[in-house]
Amino acid sequence: MGDNGSAALAFDDIGMIFPDGTETLQNISFSVDKGEFVTVVGPSGCGKSTLLKIASGLLEPTAGDVAVDRDSLGYVFQDATLLPWRTVLGNVELLCELHGMGKAERRELAEASIDLVGLQGFQNHYPKSLSGGMKMRASLARTLTLKPPVFLFDEPFGAVDEITREHLNEETQQLFLQEGFAGLFITHSITEAVFMSTKVLVMSARPGKIVASFDIPFDYPRKPDLRFDAEFARISGEVSKELRGGHS
Amino acid sequence: MTDTVVETTAPKSVGPGKAKSIALNIIPPILFGALVLGGWYFISYVMLSENRRFLLRPPDKVLTEGFLDWGGTGGMSEMLQSLWSSTKVAGIGLFLAILIGLFLAVLMSQAVSVEKALFPFLVTLQAVPILAIVPLISFWWGTGQTSRVVVCIIIALFPIIVNTLFGLQSAEKGMHDLFTLHHVNRVTRLRKLMFPAALPALFAGLRISAGLSVVGAIVGDFFFGRGEVGLGQLIKRFASRLQGEELLTSVILSAGLGVAVFLLFTWLQNKAIGKWSERAGLV
Repeated sequence: MGDNGSAALAFDDIGMIFPDGTETLQNISFSVDKGEFVTVVGPSGCGKSTLLKIASGLLEPTAGDVAVDRDSLGYVFQDATLLPWRTVLGNVELLCELHGMGKAERRELAEASIDLVGLQGFQNHYPKSLSGGMKMRASLARTLTLKPPVFLFDEPFGAVDEITREHLNEETQQLFLQEGFAGLFITHSITEAVFMSTKVLVMSARPGKIVASFDIPFDYPRKPDLRFDAEFARISGEVSKELRGGHS
Repeated sequence: MTDTVVETTAPKSVGPGKAKSIALNIIPPILFGALVLGGWYFISYVMLSENRRFLLRPPDKVLTEGFLDWGGTGGMSEMLQSLWSSTKVAGIGLFLAILIGLFLAVLMSQAVSVEKALFPFLVTLQAVPILAIVPLISFWWGTGQTSRVVVCIIIALFPIIVNTLFGLQSAEKGMHDLFTLHHVNRVTRLRKLMFPAALPALFAGLRISAGLSVVGAIVGDFFFGRGEVGLGQLIKRFASRLQGEELLTSVILSAGLGVAVFLLFTWLQNKAIGKWSERAGLV
């Protein structure tokens, strides 16, 4: 923890008090470097998502600083936020379009991203005909088109079933290995956090503070079976203990 | 990502399911229509005595003396001309109401202050009984075509504005955040996010307004009663001369016009948003 001048994303003593007086975040300092995948776990309402909004510039913190190149951010939302009137291909092309790229270039980037998330053959489907997991993959593909060096994930897999979630975790891990981005992931699933991350941070209930930090020692690529490993269970237990402590 | 598991949604039912749904959509209205016709005959022939039958002429008389009597004053050819006149008024009125409505809704969607400023006046305009302002309209625009179009606009405007505004504001916050993150300007946000998101609600408003524009055309024609003879003037004339068959025929034609524009906009809606909207296939 602590700020790091060369990190891709660094929070320095962030505090957030909303206009209604609710203090959501207090003294948050940590950094995420290229090739790091940091996950923040915490109880509902502890300000995890607020932290990502601050990182992306959607919210201004009331204290502290964020060091990040805002043009290099990829943001994966809690909902897939696909535009229902666009096909999968149209949705995946959207960000390139908003950045003024030419048609041929954005088509190429979109097709490549669609391949990466395994949605080949669904380019012309509209979101209403996709399952929750497929929508999330399309949303991931959209973010991937701009090849952002920093990826923010705001509890993206909270709404899909357990099996799909596990698959999406494995796929996200693979994307992380392929693309080498700096990842900041928000979740309240401990298994998800420990499985994907290089580091897990535990946040307390409101006002959110970082109460514990765990370096996750497993080598990548991590196999699905890792979830049944004794060491995995031990670390998950430790995280859980901290999380409960933060809750009370 | 080689071992991707792709879940697909259940295939849509075809064949017998479709036939069943057609049957479900067609049989009940036919049965109800038959019931209405039966009731109509019952009132004409059983409840009304011979000398009071002009109050509700039976369906077959309406068919032979109204729809199938082509020539002369009050004949089908004159009625069709009036229908065409009212269609033109309704069409022009609706077109202008759409232009004004979209413009105002977009304006209101861009600043809360504009919305707050305009909304009470739009509600007031909607609340004023059209009859109460007919004299004013005739002062300002005379008693011809223009006034009839103005009545149409006043009647049809409100649903377009309210529905379009609701639609423009319906894009989810996450989508707005996505556009904000990528530093999108106001026009692009409107064009690529707010306007497409507004289409389902916009069409809902258009379908209501399309029907209302027909009401406006006929009401306007009924009261101003100058210039080209529309269905309103015909209805007034047939009523004063106790021409029951012709009166009912023109009423049915008016309703038919309303239904036709409603169906036209339903068709346009399904063409425009049917592929992606959850409301697709809505009748």
